[in-house]
Formats: sequence, structure tokens, C-alpha cells
Amino acid sequence: MEFDTIAAISTPSGEGAIAIVRLSGPEAIPIADKLFQAPSGKKLAEQVSHTIHYGHLVDPWTEETVEEVMLSFMKAPKTFTREDVIEINCHGGIVSVNRVLALVLRAGARLAEPGEFTKRAFLNGRIDLSQAEAVMDLIRAKTDRAMDVALNQMEGRLSKLIGTLRQALLESIAQMEVNIDYPEYDDVEEMTRPIMLEKSMWVRSEIDKLLQTSSQGKILREGLSTVIVGRPNVGKSSLLNSLVQENKAIVTEIAGTTRDIIEEYVNVRGVPLRLVDTAGIRETEDIVERIGVERSRKVLKEADLILYVLNYSEPLTAEDERLFEAVKDMNYIVVINKTDLPQKIDLEKVQALAGSRLLVTTSLIEEEGIDQLEEAIADLFFEGEIEAGDMTYVSNARHISLLHQAHQTISDAIEAAEMEVPVDMIQIDVTRTWEILGEIIGDTADDGLLNQLFSQFCLGK
Amino acid sequence: MPQYEAGTFDVIVVGAGHAGAEAALASARMGAKTLVLTMNLDMIAFMPCNPSIGGPAKGIVVREIDALGGAMGRVIDKTHIQMRMLNTAKGPAVRALRAQADKVLYQQEMKRLMEEEKNLTLHQGIAEKLLVEDGKVQGLITQVGGIYRANSVVITTGTFLRGEIIIGDLRYSSGPNNQQPSIKLAENLEELGFETVRFKTGTPPRINSNSIDYSQTEIQPGDDVPRAFSYETTEFIMDQLPCWLTYTNEKTHQIIDANLHLSPMYSGMIKGTGPRYCPSIEDKVVRFNDKPRHQIFLEPEGRNTREVYVQGLSTSLPEHVQRQLLESIPGLEKAEMMRAGYAIEYDAIVPTQLWPTLESKQIENLYTAGQINGTSGYEEAAGQGLMAGINAAAKVLGKEEVILSRSDAYIGVLIDDLVTKGTNEPYRLLTSRAEYRLLLRHDNADMRLTELGHRIGMVSDDRYEKFLAKKERIGEEIKRLRNVMIKPNEATQQMIRDAGGSELKDGIRGADLLKRPEMDYDMIQRLTASETELEDEVKEQVEIQVKYEGYIEKSLQQVAKLKKMEDKKIPENIDYHSISGIATEARMKLSEVRPLSIAQASRISGVNPADISILLVYIEQGRIAKVSV
Repeated sequence: MEFDTIAAISTPSGEGAIAIVRLSGPEAIPIADKLFQAPSGKKLAEQVSHTIHYGHLVDPWTEETVEEVMLSFMKAPKTFTREDVIEINCHGGIVSVNRVLALVLRAGARLAEPGEFTKRAFLNGRIDLSQAEAVMDLIRAKTDRAMDVALNQMEGRLSKLIGTLRQALLESIAQMEVNIDYPEYDDVEEMTRPIMLEKSMWVRSEIDKLLQTSSQGKILREGLSTVIVGRPNVGKSSLLNSLVQENKAIVTEIAGTTRDIIEEYVNVRGVPLRLVDTAGIRETEDIVERIGVERSRKVLKEADLILYVLNYSEPLTAEDERLFEAVKDMNYIVVINKTDLPQKIDLEKVQALAGSRLLVTTSLIEEEGIDQLEEAIADLFFEGEIEAGDMTYVSNARHISLLHQAHQTISDAIEAAEMEVPVDMIQIDVTRTWEILGEIIGDTADDGLLNQLFSQFCLGK
Repeated sequence: MPQYEAGTFDVIVVGAGHAGAEAALASARMGAKTLVLTMNLDMIAFMPCNPSIGGPAKGIVVREIDALGGAMGRVIDKTHIQMRMLNTAKGPAVRALRAQADKVLYQQEMKRLMEEEKNLTLHQGIAEKLLVEDGKVQGLITQVGGIYRANSVVITTGTFLRGEIIIGDLRYSSGPNNQQPSIKLAENLEELGFETVRFKTGTPPRINSNSIDYSQTEIQPGDDVPRAFSYETTEFIMDQLPCWLTYTNEKTHQIIDANLHLSPMYSGMIKGTGPRYCPSIEDKVVRFNDKPRHQIFLEPEGRNTREVYVQGLSTSLPEHVQRQLLESIPGLEKAEMMRAGYAIEYDAIVPTQLWPTLESKQIENLYTAGQINGTSGYEEAAGQGLMAGINAAAKVLGKEEVILSRSDAYIGVLIDDLVTKGTNEPYRLLTSRAEYRLLLRHDNADMRLTELGHRIGMVSDDRYEKFLAKKERIGEEIKRLRNVMIKPNEATQQMIRDAGGSELKDGIRGADLLKRPEMDYDMIQRLTASETELEDEVKEQVEIQVKYEGYIEKSLQQVAKLKKMEDKKIPENIDYHSISGIATEARMKLSEVRPLSIAQASRISGVNPADISILLVYIEQGRIAKVSV
């Protein structure tokens, strides 16, 4: 816990033009050297302390250039924490700074706890007693909020998936433990290397999938995929434009082969969204039929969030109802636009169709209701517990970093199994994987294994 | 009752079971004038339950006790009727030795050892009341009014505290095997402020070997290879007795189902918490009703008796039902029941009331060890007894206290679990409780603990020198293997092919070749033409240390991290209520456990990392404040 190398984003989220990722600890310089390439090709370790260097961060695993950065290099003890410190100045904006953070975590840093830099500064004698009191308050306050986030995420899809993986691992571990502690107990199959290998391979492939597709990870790299749907002329394009105008667009790009689908990247209250507007698609008479077009259906299927726009000044149509049917299993917010015109829509019926989904009324022309919509999006994402993007993306980076660690340990297990190492030693890495996955969902209760053991097996001798 | 002054000692040990015997011997060996007080001198080191010692995790504890100069290993080596190494097909970390004991011989041998020990006095008597002044124990008074004065007292009363035996609807006050229970002492401990819990355990019926039809059972012989627990044992018993295996069946289970209402477990008569890892047969049948059969091991209780222990049939059903159960089992149709199984309920003290030295937090110089601390098992008791005896004597003699860490020994894991987390069922050691089981192996207990044992006076100079010599031979041989080159000549390739490995492309160092899964030490030795013939124990160490170097290194790194946390000591006088920011639950737990180090604090359930951070800052603050004054 102490004395390892920690990292965190040390600038306020999302807003500034420049963001800083700070590293502190004995491995700070080697980690930075793994990732940083200066035009001169010189390693940081060879540089003079307290200097700033221009260069690129390169992902050592893919050799892909991640960011153009300025890097401050400060050797202990004349630093804030009295440890070796590296500060990476990168482009502001949630996507790029998170990418940098994720990279340093992968390269061996641990995500700092709230207030940890200050704590180290104190423990290393850098700050005084009165400041220390403040640190303690900070640690408590921030952690409570972080725990809220963790609790919220407990409900989520990620934790369910992780739970499944952990349970699968736990059953193998328990079986193995029974083999070890009750070697004469004949009612449990002997855990063998091939079984262990197969299970480990499966878990690794699931972790791979999670790393690639978990919505959390996706947000870091490309934002929450958000699709705006609705009948023609309900105000879809206006909604897109309003969201983009209100929020500084991070990237704008037009997909090369599908020029008719427009994507905009925006940061809505700390939630990065990749807005996909289907408005560009040539409109047919029947919107549901249009949804049926292969490409649009794909876009819809992959969406993390749907903004379903209805017209306040027209009665609900059969088409509207069919569209409700089409999105019924998805995350969506109903946006009832054009409140500047007289009401024709039956709001009670809309509410009945939408069930527990959020309804927001807007007049995009009058610029009304956008705030409420943004709040609804943030609420949906943060489940109403947290203000603009503070901790959540950090804990996401934490998840990703833990998933990478779990990937490493399960790969060690696989390698060991292939090397014909005894099963109980392979299990050391399997157990470690199980523990790391537990950290993701905050389940570190250590009696889990024993409970599993005694509920799964009838043990005697 | 008139009282009289019966003597003054450095340390008094109450009880002479597996914990008491080790505590008394250790204390005496450390140089403390020691008295051991037992209700019945014929019951020293009695095994009220299964006639076996060792097994996974537990067997390693026996090795650790031996490496620290304890008795259990030496005694069982002389008195067993069978020895088996378990888990031989698995890795070195989980191998474990188990012996079937001759119960009577074991008791006699332990009693003899204790009688021979200078500094140790044995006396039969019942402790009734502790003498406590100013929060410090001063001795005790026995049932017959003897006042025994001492600086330290170790209580190892097992299941005797308010013990009650239950069979069917019969319930009576008793220690195990119808011995006297300890009632007055239990009341005294309560008066002194000890918090207790009610636990339960049980034992199966015993039957006459002559009435068993062994043809219907499977034989379970001991190992052919001579084996021993103690590093000092040189003579091996090769005349072994087998155990036998049979099974319950549908009929057995029907009898249990039909009589479940007579089981005190299910009628609500038993309130104490029993161990999950050693359930009664009625528990097994109810909880796992889809299992068509359960294993029953028939274990002889000794060479000079026909009594056989029916392992797996632990029960508190009425005696007539127990007879029916036995009759339903193949081979036991005509079994003659010699003793019925029973359940026993008893008081255990909540072990978080102890320091990691096993000294009580309430009463200075008072130690408790064994089943009274909520554990189960002879080995767990002995391990605690040893440590309590060492620490009780160390305190009197002004020596360093001895606390084993979780990376030193299974005994360390056991005691840390007890005093840090407590237990809500009788606690048994399992390999899964150890984080560093690759380091806590059966084979290297001497490597881990002999040094310490010698330093504190438990291990003789002679033994220590032998150990150092062994260690040196291991080190030299590893060095040799790291340097010696093996050429890819035909003889080498042939040997590798025969072992099922792929041929060498180049020359390779001996140590690197040994790392291949198909290779073992003997093969490397042949290939490298070593002149010195090493003992098997040295070869084993060399092979394990070289072969699993990577894994061992990984564990050692984790231990090094933990060590830093262990080294961050928490001042004893810390007031958790004055630290702002610590969560309420954590505050309560910390105040109760009073951990000695940050590492221990972080293992308390309900104390989260943020609380630890705050604690660290607070302690550092205190340190700085002290310096600046």
C-alpha cells in the first residue's frame, strides 16, 4: 500500500485546455520511460532533474502513439511528495487524459486513493500538522463518495459479469482446496491441469471481451454511444445541434463509408457521449421500416443510450408506438420536444409506454429543457449520486487497470498450466485473479472461499 | 475450605491436553520454573476424538512445533501405528504428513517427556480461582485450597469449561469422555470479565475390531517409505496397522431421517455452534441429501486395544439409533459398539480478547491456548500451547516476546486469525487460510523456524549446528547447479527424451534444466557428475528451491510488502475515539482488537483502506509531535 508508485489526474475534469496526469513513487521514472519517447531518443533517467520535455506517449504493447505531451521530470527529494514525480501534461478533455491515465496504470502505476499525494507529502515530512488534519477530512469525504459510486456500479452490468467470472473461478478454487485439505474425500472430482487450463482460458477470453467491449472501457476510449431516434420532423437534428453547441465538441468526424451517419463527440456533465444521428439517412415513409435497414439496426443495437424524440404538438401515432416497442429493452430517455406549440400529445399514454424511463420536455427552438435533459443523462449514468464527472471516470480507469492486472495473473496461470506446473501452484495465480476481480466490484470479504467450500462439499475427515 | 501455601512458580499451566503439554514443556525449556496442574494425570495429552495427528495444514503445524523445539512431532514419531504422506501428486506446498496414533502410547510418551523435563512439576488438582491483583495474575487456588503463586498463568482447559455431553435427549454436565467439567473456573473467568461463546463439537461411536467384517471394506495402508514429523527422529516404526474404508448407504440415511426428531441438533437442544468442516452424520445427510453415500473410515485406536474409531459417523443421536446406523453399514452389520458417539457443548473465550502473544488484554500475564480460544484440533491446540508457553516464560524471564507472522508459519496464520478476526465456529486450520502457502511448506519448517527456536532457547546448540550445516549444503548445491553447464551430448539427450522432454539445442546450466517439469534432482545429479552424495532432505530442498524459484520469489515480494506494513507499529496507548474521520464500525473494531501494527489493523473485517490511511496519518502526526516537543 505504501511506497508503490501512484498516479492520478491532478487537474479538474474535462474543462481546461491542458490536463495533468501525475505519478509519484520509486517507479515513476521507469514507468514514464516505458511510455515516453522524446525526439532526441534520450531516456528520462539520463536527464537533469526538474526539466520539461516534449515528446510522445507510445503504447508499448501496440506501438501506437497515444498522445503528444509535455512531461515534467522531478527527482526526489525536492518534489511535492518528496518522491520521484513525473507530471504528464496532455490535451484537456476527458478522453485523452483518461487514455493517458489508463496507459500509466497499465505500465505499473497504481491509481492513487483520494488525497494520497497529499498524504505522502505529509508522511514524507513535506507538509505540517495543520495541513494533515485537512488531509484526513479529504480522505474521508472523497472516499465516501467513491464508495457511493462503487455501490452504484454494484448494480451494473459490469459487476454482474465480473460476478459470474468470479463464481466460476471460485468453484474451481474451492474444488482445488477440497482436493488439498481433504485428499481422501472421494466425492469431488480431482482438479486437473486441463480443467484448470480450460477454465483459465475461458476467463481470460471473457476479460478480453470486457476490456474490449465493457461500456465503461468504451466510454474511456470513445464515449457512450448515444443514438437519437424519432419520426421525421420531431427535432432530432435540433437536439443534436443543441447538445453540440451547449457542449464543446471534442472531436467531429464523418464516417468514411457511411456518410449518412454523423457522429459527434461531446462531454455532457462529465459523461462523454458519442452522438449518432440517424437523421442523415434518407427518410422513408415508415420509420420502423427504416430502422429495419441493416446499418441503422446495427447502430441501434450497439447503442448505450437512446434519446427518443416525440412531438409535443402532435398526437401519438402507431409509428411512435412501434418505435417504443423497438427500443423497449434499451436504455432510453424520452424527449418530448416542441413545447412552444400547443399540446396534442397524450402525456399519460407516453408515460405508460415509457414505464420507469425518464421523460424530459423541451423546446429546442426556445432553448428550453436542455439542462434537464443533460441532467437526466448524467443521472442515468451516475444514477443521480454524483456531480459532473468527478470520480466516475477515475474509478473506470481503476476498473480497466484491475482488468489488465487480472488479465496478467490469469495469463500467468495459463502459462503455468502449459508448463505443467503442479495444479495447486497454478491455483495461486487463479486465486489472485479472483481477488483482483473482487476489487473491481468491491467484494473483498475473505470468508467467501470457505463459505463456498462448505456449502458445495460435504466434508468430513 | 482451609487454604494453604502450596508453592511458588514462574509459570503455572492449567490443563495438560495438547495445548497444556506443549505450554508446560516450552515454558520449562525456556528456563522458567513451571507447574502443570491437571485434573487427572492419566489423561495427559489425551485424544478424545480421532486417533490421528497431522494432515493438510495441521501436519505442517506439527513440523513447525518441532522446529521450534516442541514435543508433538517427537512423540507421535515414537507412538504411531501408521504414517502417510498426503497430496504427493500435487506440488510441494501442499504435501502433508499424517499419522494414526496409538492413543495410549502417545499419552504415556508425552507424560514421560514431561516427567523428565527439569524445571517442570506435574501435579493433579483442579484450578478453581485465579488470584488477580491490580489487573495482573498472581497465581491460583485449587479445589482443595492449595494456593499456587506464579508470575504467569496459562489456561488450556479445552472443552472442559462448563462442558456438557449430549446424547439423544440426555444431557449432563461433563468434560470429554465423562471427565469432570470445569465449572468454578468458568464462573471465575466470567467474573474477571471474559466474554465467552458457546461452541459444540462431537465424536463418533467406537466399536470392537473383532466384530468388524473387514472383507466388506477397503484397506488403507500406510506408506512403505519411512517417514517422521520430527527433524530429530532417526528411528522409524515400520510395523504399521492399516485403516479401512466403508460407506453409508440409503438405509443408513433412512434411519437418520426417521430419527431426526430424536437428534438434539435438530430438536433445538444444542445451541452451540459446531464446526462446518467436521459435521455430524445427521448434518451431512440433511444438508447433502442427494448424496447416496458417505465415507466411513475405520481407524484403530492403538496396538494394545481392539477399539476402532468410526471416522465420519460423528453423531449425537440416541444410543439405540447409533446401533441401528452401525448395523446398516457394510462390514459393521455385527459391530459391537464399545462407546457411543456424543456431542459436547462448552464455553470458549472470544479470542479477540487476546494479544498476538496469547496474553489476555484484560489481565496481565494471563495466557490462554487451545480449544478454550475457540479452535478445534490437537495440532491447533499444540501450536497455541507452544506459543503461549514460550511467551509466558519469556515475560517472566524478561526475554523478547515471540509473535510468528503469517509468512513465518501456519501457527502465525492461526493465531493472527484468532486474535484479529475472532471466529464464529470452532476454528480449524486449512491450507486456504494461508496467503503464502508456497513459503509455509512441510519440507522447510526447519528453514523457517530453527533460527528463532535457537535464539529463544528452545532449540539446542547441537541441533542448531546440524541445521546450519544442512543449510550450508543446500546453499552450496544450489550454487553448484547454477554454475555447472550440461552439454547436449547423446547421453544427456537420451535421458531427456526418456523423461518425455524436448532435446537441448545448446548447453544449459544445471539449475535451468532442473526447472523443466520432466526433470528431477537425481537426473541432474547424474548429468552433472556430482561427487558428494547428499541426504534426501537436502536434495528435496535443492529441488524445490530451484524448480519453483519464480513462484517463491513472487511470494517473497508480497511478503516484503507486507513486512513494511507489519513494521508500522501502532502505539499501545492509542485512543481510536480521538481520531476524527475513522468510520464508526472501524473505530469499534479497532478499539476491540487493538492491533499492534498497521498490517494487523488492515486485516480486521470492517476496517477499510480509508480508515487505514487516516490511522497512518494520525500515527505519523503523533510521532512528529513527540519529536518536536
